[in-house]
Amino acid sequence: MNGPKTSVEVGGMGHNIKRKEDARFIRGQGKYTDDVVLPGMLHMDIVRSPYAYAKIKSINTDNAMAIPGVHAVITGEVLEGYNLHWMPTLMSDTQMVLPTDTVMYQSQEVAAVIADDRYIAADGVEAVEVEYEPMQAVVDPFKAMEADAPVLRTDKEGKTDNHIWHWETGDAEKTEEAFQAADVVVKEKVYLPRIHVASIETCGCVASFDPVEGKLTVWMTTQAPHAIRTVVALVAGHVGLSEEKIRIISPDIGGGFGGKVPVYPGYVIAIASSVVIGKPVKWVEDRSENLQADSFARDYHMDVELAASNSGKMEALRIKTVADHGYTDAAANPSKYPAGMFSICTGSYDIKNAFTEMDAYYTNKPPGGIAYRCSFRVTEAVHAIERIVDVLALKLGRDPADLRMQNFIQPEDFPYQSALGWEYDSGNYPRALKLAMEKIGYEELRREQKEKRERGELMGIGISSFTEIVGAGPSKDFDILGIKMFDSCELRIHPTGKAIARFGTKSQGQGHETTYAQILAEELGIPSSQIQIEEGDTDTAPYGLGTYASRSTPTAGAAAAKAAHKIREKARKIAAHLLEASEEDLEWEVGKFFVKGSPEQAKTIQEIAFAAYTNHPQGLEPGLEATHYYDPPNMTFPFGSYICVVDIDRKTGEIKIRRFVAIDDCGNIINPMIVEGQIHGGLTQGLAPAMYEELIYDEQGNILNGSFMDYLLPTSVETPNWETEQTITPSPHHPLGAKGVAESPTVGAPPAIANAVVDALSHLGVENIDIPITPFKVWQVFQEKGAAA
Amino acid sequence: MIPPPYEYLNPNQLSEAISLLQKHGEEAKILAGGHSLIPAMKLRFALPEYLIDISGIEGMDFLREEEGQLRIGAMSRESSLEESELISEKYPLLLDTAKMIADPQVRNMATVGGNLAHGDPANDHPAAMIALRARVVVEGPNGSREIGIDDFFTDFFTTALQNNEILTEIKIPAAPPNSGGSYQKIERKVGDYAAAAVACQLSFDAGGTIQQIGIGLTNVGPIPLRSNSAEDHLRGQIPDDSLIRESGRLAAEDCDPVDDLRGSAEYKRDLVNELTQRAIKISIERSERGS
Ligand SMILES: Cc1cc2nc3c(=O)[nH]c(=O)nc-3n(C[C@H](O)[C@H](O)[C@H](O)COP(=O)(O)OP(=O)(O)OC[C@H]3O[C@@H](n4cnc5c(N)ncnc54)[C@H](O)[C@@H]3O)c2cc1C
Repeated sequence: MNGPKTSVEVGGMGHNIKRKEDARFIRGQGKYTDDVVLPGMLHMDIVRSPYAYAKIKSINTDNAMAIPGVHAVITGEVLEGYNLHWMPTLMSDTQMVLPTDTVMYQSQEVAAVIADDRYIAADGVEAVEVEYEPMQAVVDPFKAMEADAPVLRTDKEGKTDNHIWHWETGDAEKTEEAFQAADVVVKEKVYLPRIHVASIETCGCVASFDPVEGKLTVWMTTQAPHAIRTVVALVAGHVGLSEEKIRIISPDIGGGFGGKVPVYPGYVIAIASSVVIGKPVKWVEDRSENLQADSFARDYHMDVELAASNSGKMEALRIKTVADHGYTDAAANPSKYPAGMFSICTGSYDIKNAFTEMDAYYTNKPPGGIAYRCSFRVTEAVHAIERIVDVLALKLGRDPADLRMQNFIQPEDFPYQSALGWEYDSGNYPRALKLAMEKIGYEELRREQKEKRERGELMGIGISSFTEIVGAGPSKDFDILGIKMFDSCELRIHPTGKAIARFGTKSQGQGHETTYAQILAEELGIPSSQIQIEEGDTDTAPYGLGTYASRSTPTAGAAAAKAAHKIREKARKIAAHLLEASEEDLEWEVGKFFVKGSPEQAKTIQEIAFAAYTNHPQGLEPGLEATHYYDPPNMTFPFGSYICVVDIDRKTGEIKIRRFVAIDDCGNIINPMIVEGQIHGGLTQGLAPAMYEELIYDEQGNILNGSFMDYLLPTSVETPNWETEQTITPSPHHPLGAKGVAESPTVGAPPAIANAVVDALSHLGVENIDIPITPFKVWQVFQEKGAAA
Repeated sequence: MIPPPYEYLNPNQLSEAISLLQKHGEEAKILAGGHSLIPAMKLRFALPEYLIDISGIEGMDFLREEEGQLRIGAMSRESSLEESELISEKYPLLLDTAKMIADPQVRNMATVGGNLAHGDPANDHPAAMIALRARVVVEGPNGSREIGIDDFFTDFFTTALQNNEILTEIKIPAAPPNSGGSYQKIERKVGDYAAAAVACQLSFDAGGTIQQIGIGLTNVGPIPLRSNSAEDHLRGQIPDDSLIRESGRLAAEDCDPVDDLRGSAEYKRDLVNELTQRAIKISIERSERGS
């Protein structure tokens, strides 16, 4: 793009407009779920299981009920009375809301106390007496798959093992042939650990049932309010909750990252409590509950194999994965893709043969498998391919940059049909990598590394040239519980030429109030400062599937452009009427229609809007509004090349990231400053699992790091200086040429860091280190390889 | 994350605080900066019925050199050590230590007295005080007494403080000329407790011989430790690389770490070895710079 098309005043695409939402956020004036206070509101706190697997012998609520201010203790038995003790997951598995006989993971909800205030509720929780009979937990999926493993999901009739599903894609036979014929095969076990979304705001809701109107309003920390409304109507229809009487409001959200897509038991219990008691009920998790009980991400054990010729041409890729889903499959993938978009695993390379298969298992750990800042398992796929490419380079004695260049899908190959069935829309991979190499001074770094190695110093350079797949998704393949994954925009132009637009998505920090307004400004010429953006209230916003998986710009952003085009079509008619010209003679230029050849004969969008309400042509409907539901024709494929340089302390194993260059390409850019911000945040959330984060369990299924003292989130102190830059390769099918961006860095950063550390140690015989790569792990490598200094 | 009900008491005299302690016995806890106690209460690990806040008592927050001693009031906040000119000029070990504790928010509240009184082997001040050969002043119903730092930490989270006593002050022999110190800590991220850390304080005589040396170890045993053998190895010597290397090895032998999320016992021993050497070297550098 050659600079913005619109003026600063109009503020369309390409302008660094400050985020509109920040005015309230930086003043502490955001309105989050926990800020909702209603008259007569009660508070809920949850009794949680200390055991990972146990029979519940009894629950005694007498002492809790005796505490002044406690209104009710909700147990599985109470919910069973309304047939609300079970619920479906988004993957059509089943999950207890509250148990009636067995707990399946530590910190599982066991009962809920409803009280006058949060403090009394906590005392009530302490007073509920639960008698457990602990059983031997199955924590490791490889144990869960053994023939004599106890069957965990005894609630499922006829279930004789812990297997959830098998999924495969690609041509197994052709791939095997290619492996047989190949000169070189490399194999590696790569584990992507169980991690957790740690958004600043935990999950919670305020459920308010009005017994007179029969109307339920729920303020809720959800990334997908419309889908939630439908789910509530479907699962609670039998107790009289009908969709028109359900209103889900997703107020300001303090970070979602996929963790606020699922329906957690706490929400359902709060809703049920409000319906039963007839008063509003607030539930807000504390930090440890959020960390210990809510859906995890990753936890993929991957066997990765890559075949190539001696000259380095990649011939075939095969990945076999064991997925640990915990107690139930509570992922939030599109229905047809139990392993999400894992099949993007051929990455940026032209690999003609590929096959991947996966088996998912139940264990006694919290359920999940959510897409933590990633378009459904893309992080796992990218880590697998970017690691194995480096293993191949090592095996062939090739420079990893050079090997990547040799195998990239070339710019002229787009649209590119991947071996696993995707049509990549656009890309220029060599350009991005070349830019990254120039920016970081790649050749010079390699020289330095060689010298340092001779002196016994440890320095490594790691590359990741990833391809993402975002914007779910085309209705022929993409749905969640049957609902197609379109998204929507409803646009109203007011008589004075200002506008309001509402969307089916829901920002959690992405800056939609700013970027959607910029898209509309670009298309209509109405200043973005005069366009109000709203999302998150199911009573007012059009239906949509919400914000996750970098889908908002590809879907709702496109819907905004399309709705604006509809407005323009009608505006043309009105302008023709006002200018007494024929429609065909009019031409659009940002903000106005003018008569071809005589630009002084023009009507601005503001004049047209006024006329739409005051002087509309006879035969035409008055008003100026449009709605568009956008069903994307394809996914978008953002990409990038990252290079990381690390120095490692030979004594302590400490890793210092000296430099990190990130070149991203997300097509045309709506707001460069917001893109930059998203990339910084995403890179930091890529650094986190690469070096710090992992949920650790012992053999009894006890979490060993259930608070932020031990679940290590990097801070600004640990975060290196991100050096970012963009290339622009527009999407050919998106109305704005845009692609998603926010997840690329989270997906692309971990392998760059892992590759850098492995590169620093490769001469010691190291091929892979699983993330998080801690100083202790590096020290262990020193010991194993006899390389202790 | 919500503690059970408790009563909050805020005396403004030390004597009043002590009689409250006597009155409520085991049920009462002193509240200083609250950054160890309150987290424990939120998790319902600590369940005091009475909290006696001593932050309103005057005369417990001071920092001065007097009669050959550095005197630190128990209620001195970590941040006040960081900001003190006296500390940054003459006590680099204390400056290092204060800076390595948690993060600025915590340091604005956390007190030096609380850091010792908590008896947590993972806290950073104990090892520093061991290296500095501090004495702890405590006040009880029968007046005040002094406890040498080596007698203060008696067991895991247990100190020589009686439950009717209050720690009022820490006394440290004033740093002689030609002295230097350093605190070396490996943590998993900022704000974390040490995987292992080593405090060193030493002074030279005019001939370049190490006259006095203290080496304290953090989080590598049930209590904060002194490495006697490393100290003995260097005292009276003119340090060189091989002496320093051997001191590292001896300190690693003196510690008693366990496997945990921060790493294996062996890893921590190795860290103690390396950090001891680094702490000694930096202490030497600093002493020469000071001389
Ligand atoms: C996130 C976080 C990270 C931290 N990281 C570190 C770290 O890296 N290194 C480190 O050293 N510390 C760390 N701390 C602990 C912090 O330094 C504590 O505040 C300190 O250990 C205790 O001091 P306090 O004044 O807060 O004491 P309090 O929490 O008020 O008291 C602690 C205990 O000591 C008793 N007590 C306190 N003062 C006295 C007194 N004068 N007389 C008798 N008894 C008393 C109390 O009764 C209580 O039992 C961290 C704390 C937090 C919250």
